[in-house]
Amino acid sequence: MLTQTLDRQNLAKSNKVTPRRERESVSQVKTEYSNETIWMLAVRDNRDRGAFSALFDHFAPRLKGFIIRGGASPQQAEEIVQDVMLTIWRKADMFDPHRAQVSAWIYQIARNRRIDIARKENRPMPEALKEEPELEPDASQILGLEQEATQLKQALATLKPEQREVIEKAYLGELTHQEISTQTGLPLGTIKSRIRLGLQRLRHELKDLTQ
Amino acid sequence: MSAITHHVPDAILASYAAGSLPQAFAVAVASHVSLCEHCRAALEAHQAVGGVILEDTEFVAVSAKLKDSILAQLDAPFTPEPVYERNGIFPGPVMEVMQRHAPRWKKLGMGVRQDILSADAHGSVRLLYIPPGQAVPDHSHNGLEMTLVLQGSFSDETGRFGVGDLEIADETVDHTPVADPGTACICLAATDARLRFNALVPRLLQPMFRI
Repeated sequence: MLTQTLDRQNLAKSNKVTPRRERESVSQVKTEYSNETIWMLAVRDNRDRGAFSALFDHFAPRLKGFIIRGGASPQQAEEIVQDVMLTIWRKADMFDPHRAQVSAWIYQIARNRRIDIARKENRPMPEALKEEPELEPDASQILGLEQEATQLKQALATLKPEQREVIEKAYLGELTHQEISTQTGLPLGTIKSRIRLGLQRLRHELKDLTQ
Repeated sequence: MSAITHHVPDAILASYAAGSLPQAFAVAVASHVSLCEHCRAALEAHQAVGGVILEDTEFVAVSAKLKDSILAQLDAPFTPEPVYERNGIFPGPVMEVMQRHAPRWKKLGMGVRQDILSADAHGSVRLLYIPPGQAVPDHSHNGLEMTLVLQGSFSDETGRFGVGDLEIADETVDHTPVADPGTACICLAATDARLRFNALVPRLLQPMFRI
Protein backbone atom coordinates (compact mmCIF):
# COMPACT_ATOMS: atom_id res chain seq x y z
CA MET A 1 0.00 0.00 0.00
CA LEU A 2 2.68 2.44 1.03
CA THR A 3 4.88 1.64 -1.96
CA GLN A 4 1.94 2.16 -4.26
CA THR A 5 1.28 5.51 -2.71
CA LEU A 6 4.87 6.60 -3.12
CA ASP A 7 4.93 5.49 -6.75
CA ARG A 8 1.81 7.46 -7.34
CA GLN A 9 3.40 10.53 -5.84
CA ASN A 10 6.39 10.21 -8.14
CA LEU A 11 4.10 9.79 -11.12
CA ALA A 12 2.12 12.83 -10.11
CA LYS A 13 5.32 14.83 -9.83
CA SER A 14 6.55 13.86 -13.29
CA ASN A 15 3.26 14.92 -14.88
CA LYS A 16 2.20 18.41 -13.94
CA VAL A 17 -1.42 17.60 -14.74
CA THR A 18 -2.67 14.43 -13.14
CA PRO A 19 -4.05 12.08 -15.79
CA ARG A 20 -7.61 10.87 -15.41
CA ARG A 21 -6.73 7.31 -14.44
CA GLU A 22 -4.60 8.71 -11.62
CA ARG A 23 -7.52 10.72 -10.35
CA GLU A 24 -9.54 7.55 -10.06
CA SER A 25 -6.90 5.86 -8.01
CA VAL A 26 -6.62 8.97 -5.85
CA SER A 27 -10.27 8.64 -4.90
CA GLN A 28 -9.59 5.03 -3.92
CA VAL A 29 -6.81 6.20 -1.64
CA LYS A 30 -9.24 8.65 -0.08
CA THR A 31 -10.93 5.80 1.73
CA GLU A 32 -7.67 5.43 3.69
CA TYR A 33 -7.98 8.86 5.25
CA SER A 34 -8.83 9.10 8.92
CA ASN A 35 -12.49 9.68 9.80
CA GLU A 36 -11.69 13.20 11.00
CA THR A 37 -10.15 14.12 7.63
CA ILE A 38 -13.06 12.59 5.70
CA TRP A 39 -15.57 14.50 7.85
CA MET A 40 -13.65 17.76 7.57
CA LEU A 41 -13.37 17.48 3.77
CA ALA A 42 -17.11 16.74 3.56
CA VAL A 43 -17.80 19.87 5.59
CA ARG A 44 -15.40 21.92 3.48
CA ASP A 45 -16.43 20.68 0.06
CA ASN A 46 -20.11 19.75 0.52
CA ARG A 47 -21.19 21.70 3.62
CA ASP A 48 -22.18 18.30 5.00
CA ARG A 49 -24.08 18.72 8.29
CA GLY A 50 -23.92 15.04 9.15
CA ALA A 51 -20.14 15.17 8.89
CA PHE A 52 -20.10 18.34 10.99
CA SER A 53 -22.19 16.57 13.59
CA ALA A 54 -19.66 13.71 13.63
CA LEU A 55 -16.81 16.24 14.04
CA PHE A 56 -18.70 17.75 16.95
CA ASP A 57 -19.12 14.37 18.64
CA HIS A 58 -15.42 13.68 18.26
CA PHE A 59 -13.92 17.05 19.12
CA ALA A 60 -16.35 18.90 21.40
CA PRO A 61 -15.69 16.80 24.55
CA ARG A 62 -11.93 16.89 23.86
CA LEU A 63 -12.03 20.64 23.32
CA LYS A 64 -13.98 21.09 26.53
CA GLY A 65 -11.46 19.03 28.47
CA PHE A 66 -8.57 20.87 26.84
CA ILE A 67 -10.02 24.31 27.56
CA ILE A 68 -10.82 23.44 31.18
CA ARG A 69 -7.26 22.21 31.60
CA GLY A 70 -6.22 25.64 30.34
CA GLY A 71 -8.00 27.21 33.32
CA ALA A 72 -11.51 28.02 32.08
CA SER A 73 -14.68 27.25 34.04
CA PRO A 74 -16.93 24.52 32.56
CA GLN A 75 -19.44 27.14 31.45
CA GLN A 76 -16.79 29.35 29.83
CA ALA A 77 -15.36 26.24 28.21
CA GLU A 78 -18.70 25.42 26.57
CA GLU A 79 -18.93 28.94 25.20
CA ILE A 80 -15.46 28.59 23.71
CA VAL A 81 -16.30 25.13 22.32
CA GLN A 82 -19.31 26.72 20.62
CA ASP A 83 -17.17 29.50 19.11
CA VAL A 84 -14.55 27.02 17.95
CA MET A 85 -17.10 24.67 16.36
CA LEU A 86 -18.79 27.55 14.54
CA THR A 87 -15.40 28.77 13.33
CA ILE A 88 -14.68 25.27 11.99
CA TRP A 89 -17.91 25.47 9.97
CA ARG A 90 -17.38 29.03 8.76
CA LYS A 91 -13.69 28.80 7.94
CA ALA A 92 -13.74 25.26 6.57
CA ASP A 93 -12.41 26.51 3.23
CA MET A 94 -9.14 27.40 4.99
CA PHE A 95 -8.54 23.77 5.94
CA ASP A 96 -5.75 22.24 3.85
CA PRO A 97 -5.12 18.56 4.61
CA HIS A 98 -1.77 18.76 2.81
CA ARG A 99 -0.45 21.07 5.52
CA ALA A 100 -2.39 20.26 8.66
CA GLN A 101 -4.11 17.43 10.43
CA VAL A 102 -7.68 18.24 11.45
CA SER A 103 -6.63 18.17 15.11
CA ALA A 104 -3.74 20.59 14.44
CA TRP A 105 -6.03 22.97 12.58
CA ILE A 106 -8.61 22.88 15.38
CA TYR A 107 -5.89 23.28 18.03
CA GLN A 108 -4.84 26.51 16.36
CA ILE A 109 -8.45 27.80 16.21
CA ALA A 110 -8.96 26.92 19.89
CA ARG A 111 -5.76 28.71 20.93
CA ASN A 112 -6.75 31.82 18.95
CA ARG A 113 -10.14 31.93 20.58
CA ARG A 114 -8.66 31.54 24.04
CA ILE A 115 -6.20 34.39 23.44
CA ASP A 116 -8.82 36.67 21.92
CA ILE A 117 -10.89 36.27 25.08
CA ALA A 118 -7.99 36.53 27.53
CA ARG A 119 -6.33 39.57 25.94
CA LYS A 120 -9.34 41.21 24.38
CA GLU A 121 -7.31 41.66 21.22
CA ASN A 122 -6.78 39.42 18.25
CA ARG A 123 -3.76 37.22 18.07
CA PRO A 124 -1.68 38.35 15.10
CA MET A 125 -1.82 35.63 12.45
CA PRO A 126 0.50 35.01 9.52
CA GLU A 127 -0.87 35.86 6.09
CA ALA A 128 -2.88 33.01 4.62
CA LEU A 129 -1.00 31.15 1.92
CA LYS A 130 -2.07 32.06 -1.57
CA GLU A 131 -3.38 28.77 -2.90
CA GLU A 132 -2.33 27.70 -6.33
CA PRO A 133 -5.28 26.88 -8.59
CA GLU A 134 -6.53 23.64 -7.11
CA LEU A 135 -5.14 20.56 -8.84
CA GLU A 136 -6.16 17.16 -7.61
CA PRO A 137 -5.41 16.57 -3.94
CA ASP A 138 -2.14 14.74 -3.38
CA ALA A 139 -3.46 11.77 -1.43
CA SER A 140 0.00 10.45 -0.64
CA GLN A 141 0.96 13.71 1.05
CA ILE A 142 -2.27 13.79 3.03
CA LEU A 143 -1.81 10.20 4.14
CA GLY A 144 1.86 10.79 4.87
CA LEU A 145 0.97 13.67 7.16
CA GLU A 146 -1.58 11.52 8.96
CA GLN A 147 0.99 8.77 9.45
CA GLU A 148 3.47 11.27 10.83
CA ALA A 149 0.89 12.52 13.32
CA THR A 150 0.10 8.96 14.41
CA GLN A 151 3.77 8.27 15.01
CA LEU A 152 4.15 11.57 16.82
CA LYS A 153 1.26 10.55 19.06
CA GLN A 154 2.97 7.24 19.83
CA ALA A 155 6.21 9.04 20.60
CA LEU A 156 4.46 11.43 23.00
CA ALA A 157 2.79 8.45 24.67
CA THR A 158 6.16 6.93 25.55
CA LEU A 159 7.39 10.02 27.39
CA LYS A 160 7.90 9.87 31.14
CA PRO A 161 4.85 11.37 32.90
CA GLU A 162 6.77 14.44 34.08
CA GLN A 163 8.12 15.09 30.58
CA ARG A 164 4.69 14.67 29.10
CA GLU A 165 3.35 17.10 31.68
CA VAL A 166 5.83 19.79 30.64
CA ILE A 167 5.06 19.32 26.95
CA GLU A 168 1.32 19.56 27.67
CA LYS A 169 1.83 22.71 29.71
CA ALA A 170 3.88 24.26 26.90
CA TYR A 171 1.19 23.63 24.28
CA LEU A 172 -1.60 24.67 26.62
CA GLY A 173 0.10 28.07 26.74
CA GLU A 174 1.10 27.77 30.40
CA LEU A 175 4.82 28.25 29.87
CA THR A 176 6.64 31.35 28.67
CA HIS A 177 9.06 31.05 25.77
CA GLN A 178 11.96 31.19 28.25
CA GLU A 179 10.42 28.32 30.21
CA ILE A 180 9.87 26.34 27.03
CA SER A 181 13.52 26.65 26.10
CA THR A 182 14.77 25.74 29.56
CA GLN A 183 12.18 23.24 30.80
CA THR A 184 10.93 21.02 28.03
CA GLY A 185 14.32 19.37 27.64
CA LEU A 186 13.51 18.91 23.97
CA PRO A 187 15.98 20.15 21.41
CA LEU A 188 13.08 21.81 19.60
CA GLY A 189 15.53 24.11 17.85
CA THR A 190 16.43 21.39 15.40
CA ILE A 191 12.93 21.15 13.96
CA LYS A 192 13.61 22.68 10.61
CA SER A 193 12.59 22.03 7.03
CA ARG A 194 9.13 21.09 5.92
CA ILE A 195 6.48 19.85 8.30
CA ARG A 196 6.83 16.15 7.56
CA LEU A 197 10.54 16.26 8.07
CA GLY A 198 9.96 18.42 11.12
CA LEU A 199 7.63 15.84 12.60
CA GLN A 200 10.04 13.03 11.84
CA ARG A 201 12.80 14.87 13.61
CA LEU A 202 10.69 15.67 16.62
CA ARG A 203 9.67 12.04 16.82
CA HIS A 204 13.29 10.96 16.78
CA GLU A 205 14.17 13.48 19.42
CA LEU A 206 11.32 12.22 21.58
CA LYS A 207 12.59 8.71 21.03
CA ASP A 208 16.11 9.68 22.05
CA LEU A 209 14.71 11.26 25.15
CA THR A 210 12.97 8.11 26.27
CA GLN A 211 15.92 5.80 25.73
CA MET B 1 12.59 36.17 -0.29
CA SER B 2 15.20 33.52 -0.88
CA ALA B 3 17.90 34.85 1.39
CA ILE B 4 16.34 34.76 4.85
CA THR B 5 19.05 33.45 7.17
CA HIS B 6 17.90 34.59 10.63
CA HIS B 7 14.85 32.64 11.75
CA VAL B 8 12.56 32.40 14.76
CA PRO B 9 14.12 30.27 17.54
CA ASP B 10 12.04 27.19 18.16
CA ALA B 11 11.03 27.87 21.76
CA ILE B 12 9.62 31.21 20.61
CA LEU B 13 7.76 29.54 17.74
CA ALA B 14 6.30 26.96 20.15
CA SER B 15 5.27 29.75 22.49
CA TYR B 16 3.65 31.60 19.58
CA ALA B 17 1.76 28.43 18.55
CA ALA B 18 0.57 27.95 22.13
CA GLY B 19 -0.39 31.60 22.47
CA SER B 20 1.87 32.41 25.43
CA LEU B 21 4.06 34.87 23.52
CA PRO B 22 3.50 38.56 24.41
CA GLN B 23 1.42 40.40 21.82
CA ALA B 24 4.23 42.64 20.49
CA PHE B 25 6.44 39.62 19.77
CA ALA B 26 3.52 37.74 18.26
CA VAL B 27 3.23 40.56 15.69
CA ALA B 28 6.91 40.17 14.80
CA VAL B 29 6.70 36.37 14.63
CA ALA B 30 3.49 36.36 12.54
CA SER B 31 5.13 38.87 10.19
CA HIS B 32 8.28 36.79 9.83
CA VAL B 33 6.25 33.61 9.23
CA SER B 34 4.33 35.48 6.51
CA LEU B 35 7.67 35.96 4.70
CA CYS B 36 9.37 32.68 5.59
CA GLU B 37 8.19 29.29 4.36
CA HIS B 38 10.78 27.58 6.53
CA CYS B 39 9.34 28.98 9.77
CA ARG B 40 5.78 28.44 8.52
CA ALA B 41 6.54 24.72 8.20
CA ALA B 42 8.15 24.65 11.64
CA LEU B 43 5.11 26.44 13.09
CA GLU B 44 2.85 23.84 11.47
CA ALA B 45 4.93 21.13 13.15
CA HIS B 46 4.25 22.76 16.53
CA GLN B 47 0.57 22.99 15.72
CA ALA B 48 0.64 19.28 14.91
CA VAL B 49 2.04 18.58 18.39
CA GLY B 50 -0.70 20.75 19.85
CA GLY B 51 -3.24 18.79 17.81
CA VAL B 52 -1.96 15.48 19.17
CA ILE B 53 -2.25 16.82 22.72
CA LEU B 54 -5.79 18.01 21.99
CA GLU B 55 -6.66 14.55 20.61
CA ASP B 56 -5.32 12.90 23.74
CA THR B 57 -7.00 15.24 26.21
CA GLU B 58 -9.36 13.59 28.64
CA PHE B 59 -12.98 14.05 27.58
CA VAL B 60 -15.34 16.26 29.48
CA ALA B 61 -18.92 15.61 28.39
CA VAL B 62 -20.64 18.64 26.90
CA SER B 63 -24.16 19.60 27.95
CA ALA B 64 -26.96 18.00 25.99
CA LYS B 65 -28.22 21.19 24.38
CA LEU B 66 -24.83 22.42 23.09
CA LYS B 67 -24.88 20.50 19.82
CA ASP B 68 -28.40 21.57 18.88
CA SER B 69 -27.58 25.13 19.76
CA ILE B 70 -24.57 25.06 17.43
CA LEU B 71 -26.37 23.26 14.60
CA ALA B 72 -29.13 25.88 14.79
CA GLN B 73 -26.56 28.63 14.26
CA LEU B 74 -24.87 27.21 11.17
CA ASP B 75 -26.96 29.31 8.79
CA ALA B 76 -26.97 32.42 10.94
CA PRO B 77 -25.39 35.46 9.30
CA PHE B 78 -21.99 36.43 10.68
CA THR B 79 -19.38 39.06 10.04
CA PRO B 80 -16.21 37.54 8.62
CA GLU B 81 -13.04 38.70 10.35
CA PRO B 82 -11.13 41.31 8.37
CA VAL B 83 -8.28 40.01 6.23
CA TYR B 84 -5.12 42.11 6.20
CA GLU B 85 -3.20 41.68 2.96
CA ARG B 86 0.44 42.46 2.45
CA ASN B 87 0.94 45.97 1.11
CA GLY B 88 4.32 46.69 -0.48
CA ILE B 89 6.99 45.94 2.09
CA PHE B 90 4.48 45.55 4.94
CA PRO B 91 3.30 42.00 5.76
CA GLY B 92 -0.36 41.43 6.69
CA PRO B 93 0.19 41.37 10.48
CA VAL B 94 1.95 44.78 10.26
CA MET B 95 -0.92 46.13 8.15
CA GLU B 96 -3.25 44.95 10.90
CA VAL B 97 -1.38 46.88 13.60
CA MET B 98 -1.21 49.93 11.28
CA GLN B 99 -4.94 49.48 10.56
CA ARG B 100 -4.00 49.81 6.87
CA HIS B 101 -2.62 53.35 7.30
CA ALA B 102 0.63 54.41 5.71
CA PRO B 103 3.40 54.93 8.30
CA ARG B 104 3.23 58.21 10.22
CA TRP B 105 6.91 58.90 10.63
CA LYS B 106 8.31 61.07 13.40
CA LYS B 107 11.87 62.35 13.20
CA LEU B 108 14.31 61.09 15.80
CA GLY B 109 17.31 63.05 14.45
CA MET B 110 20.18 62.08 12.11
CA GLY B 111 17.59 61.14 9.49
CA VAL B 112 16.27 58.30 11.66
CA ARG B 113 12.48 58.15 11.88
CA GLN B 114 10.04 55.99 13.76
CA ASP B 115 6.34 55.28 13.91
CA ILE B 116 5.06 53.81 17.16
CA LEU B 117 2.28 51.44 16.15
CA SER B 118 1.37 50.31 19.64
CA ALA B 119 2.85 50.81 23.09
CA ASP B 120 1.65 49.88 26.53
CA ALA B 121 2.90 48.34 29.74
CA HIS B 122 3.39 44.97 28.02
CA GLY B 123 5.62 46.20 25.24
CA SER B 124 5.76 48.16 22.03
CA VAL B 125 5.67 47.67 18.28
CA ARG B 126 7.17 50.34 16.06
CA LEU B 127 8.61 50.93 12.64
CA LEU B 128 12.10 52.34 12.26
CA TYR B 129 13.45 54.13 9.19
CA ILE B 130 17.23 54.33 9.05
CA PRO B 131 18.97 56.15 6.17
CA PRO B 132 21.74 54.24 4.39
CA GLY B 133 24.94 54.16 6.45
CA GLN B 134 23.22 55.61 9.51
CA ALA B 135 23.29 54.02 12.95
CA VAL B 136 20.29 53.50 15.17
CA PRO B 137 21.02 55.37 18.42
CA ASP B 138 23.10 53.11 20.64
CA HIS B 139 20.84 51.23 22.98
CA SER B 140 20.47 48.18 25.12
CA HIS B 141 17.32 46.55 26.41
CA ASN B 142 15.49 45.94 29.62
CA GLY B 143 13.94 42.87 28.10
CA LEU B 144 13.92 41.22 24.70
CA GLU B 145 13.84 43.08 21.40
CA MET B 146 12.85 41.55 18.07
CA THR B 147 13.76 43.38 14.89
CA LEU B 148 12.37 42.27 11.53
CA VAL B 149 13.85 43.83 8.40
CA LEU B 150 11.18 44.94 5.89
CA GLN B 151 13.37 46.91 3.48
CA GLY B 152 17.12 47.26 2.93
CA SER B 153 19.44 45.70 5.47
CA PHE B 154 21.45 46.48 8.58
CA SER B 155 24.51 45.08 10.25
CA ASP B 156 25.55 45.06 13.86
CA GLU B 157 28.00 43.26 16.13
CA THR B 158 26.11 40.00 15.61
CA GLY B 159 25.82 39.90 11.81
CA ARG B 160 24.04 41.19 8.72
CA PHE B 161 20.24 41.23 8.49
CA GLY B 162 18.34 41.52 5.18
CA VAL B 163 14.66 41.56 4.25
CA GLY B 164 12.75 38.93 6.25
CA ASP B 165 15.56 38.35 8.74
CA LEU B 166 14.59 38.49 12.40
CA GLU B 167 17.13 39.62 14.98
CA ILE B 168 16.44 38.75 18.61
CA ALA B 169 18.50 40.59 21.21
CA ASP B 170 18.17 40.37 24.98
CA GLU B 171 19.47 42.65 27.71
CA THR B 172 22.95 41.17 27.44
CA VAL B 173 23.34 42.52 23.90
CA ASP B 174 24.59 46.09 23.69
CA HIS B 175 24.46 46.54 19.96
CA THR B 176 24.60 49.31 17.38
CA PRO B 177 22.69 48.41 14.22
CA VAL B 178 23.92 50.39 11.18
CA ALA B 179 21.91 50.50 7.95
CA ASP B 180 23.93 49.15 5.05
CA PRO B 181 24.78 51.52 2.18
CA GLY B 182 22.34 51.74 -0.70
CA THR B 183 18.70 51.64 0.39
CA ALA B 184 17.21 53.06 3.56
CA CYS B 185 16.50 50.29 6.05
CA ILE B 186 12.95 49.91 7.38
CA CYS B 187 12.41 47.56 10.31
CA LEU B 188 9.65 46.43 12.59
CA ALA B 189 10.90 46.50 16.18
CA ALA B 190 9.02 44.78 19.00
CA THR B 191 9.90 44.92 22.69
CA ASP B 192 8.38 43.68 25.90
CA ALA B 193 9.94 46.60 27.79
CA ARG B 194 10.96 50.20 27.33
CA LEU B 195 14.24 50.81 25.52
CA ARG B 196 17.22 52.39 27.31
CA PHE B 197 19.41 54.69 25.28
CA ASN B 198 23.03 54.99 26.27
CA ALA B 199 23.76 58.38 24.72
CA LEU B 200 22.64 61.34 26.83
CA VAL B 201 20.51 63.21 24.33
CA PRO B 202 18.34 60.28 23.25
CA ARG B 203 17.83 59.47 26.93
CA LEU B 204 16.50 62.99 27.50
CA LEU B 205 14.25 62.59 24.49
CA GLN B 206 12.98 59.23 25.63
CA PRO B 207 9.94 60.43 27.61
CA MET B 208 8.97 62.67 24.72
CA PHE B 209 9.21 60.08 21.99
CA ARG B 210 8.47 56.98 24.03
CA ILE B 211 11.46 55.24 22.54
